[in-house]
Amino acid sequence: MKLLKIGMVLIAILTFAAFTYSDNSGYKVGDIAADFNLESVDGKMVSLTNYLEAKGFIVVFTCNTCPYAIAYEDRIIALNKKYASQGYPVIAIMPNSTTASPGDNMEAMKARAKAKGFTFPYLMDKGQNVYPEYGASKTPHVYVLQKTKKGNQVKYIGAIDDNYQHPESVNQKYVENAVDALLEGKPIKEEHTRAIGCTIKV
Amino acid sequence: MKFKLGTLFVMFLLFNCNNSIKSEGDLSIVKIDESQKKIELSTLDFDGLEPYLNKQDDQVYVINFWATWCAPCVKELPVFEKIHKDYNKNVKVILVSLDFPKQYETKLIPFIKENNLQSEIIVLNDMDSNSWIPKVSEDWSGAIPSTLIYSKNKRKFYEKSFNYNELKTEVQQFLN
Repeated sequence: MKLLKIGMVLIAILTFAAFTYSDNSGYKVGDIAADFNLESVDGKMVSLTNYLEAKGFIVVFTCNTCPYAIAYEDRIIALNKKYASQGYPVIAIMPNSTTASPGDNMEAMKARAKAKGFTFPYLMDKGQNVYPEYGASKTPHVYVLQKTKKGNQVKYIGAIDDNYQHPESVNQKYVENAVDALLEGKPIKEEHTRAIGCTIKV
Repeated sequence: MKFKLGTLFVMFLLFNCNNSIKSEGDLSIVKIDESQKKIELSTLDFDGLEPYLNKQDDQVYVINFWATWCAPCVKELPVFEKIHKDYNKNVKVILVSLDFPKQYETKLIPFIKENNLQSEIIVLNDMDSNSWIPKVSEDWSGAIPSTLIYSKNKRKFYEKSFNYNELKTEVQQFLN
């Protein structure tokens, strides 16, 4: 009986510890990002390991329904156009629960990708396991990764640029600056930025 | 000449006035009158907002960051309205809208009217979010809904949605 009690207390402590631990997860700059295997709008499964030639990735958590994400769609397309050929393709991941946000279901994602002519994979985080691992909290939320011997290392986390309303008035192109620095082998000036965005729907 | 113009203007007013009296009872006119109840938005940049985040009086401040385009924000607004109503004496609720400027007239003002929002509303329009988000809280990633509760000697930030009991519990901690 006593043993049972001690066992129960232990389990309670361990469960608590596990929860507290996972609560504070999410990548910091310098961490190695885990790979994933998610379905894209063309029906294919996509993993980072598929990209043998890539030097790194521009991973963008985005969706169909958030006005901020929509405001950045053309700029995400432009990022892929500019950097895929230089070894840094865009990988877009839709993290929302489609029950909570039906406008983000696979059919809607397909329609959006087609209408906008996405030239990059647009993946669904179906089990909603990938975004918490990265620590994404909103759309859009960008992670620039660089391929290293240890794995895909996080080099930049945050916003695309500093003006969501007026692309022509942008002063700081954070993601471009980060990728340019990586391409030139220079240090990234701003490794972490913040912007308003839509909370990820669970 | 000036006098003449003035007279004309007065006559114009009288004429207009007459017209609207004649049209009384016309539903469409009533509607127009309704919409002319002007809502004056106070639009600030972050420097303008900052004093509202650092008051040193005896009240508890509940600052909610929201937007009409943010579904979970809209869902929880009644909770903040109810706190405003229930704790009118000790708690001041300020709803900080992050709506897009081009939607102030088309979405935000109609929304405030339709929902008859009673809490104070401030519209924040400041592009350089990377510099002001950490000034609200170092813990804020930028996702909304988010809420700051503070009093003279206590401060807490929440990047989450609230139901009434959750928000009440938090507010109580600041009142005790």
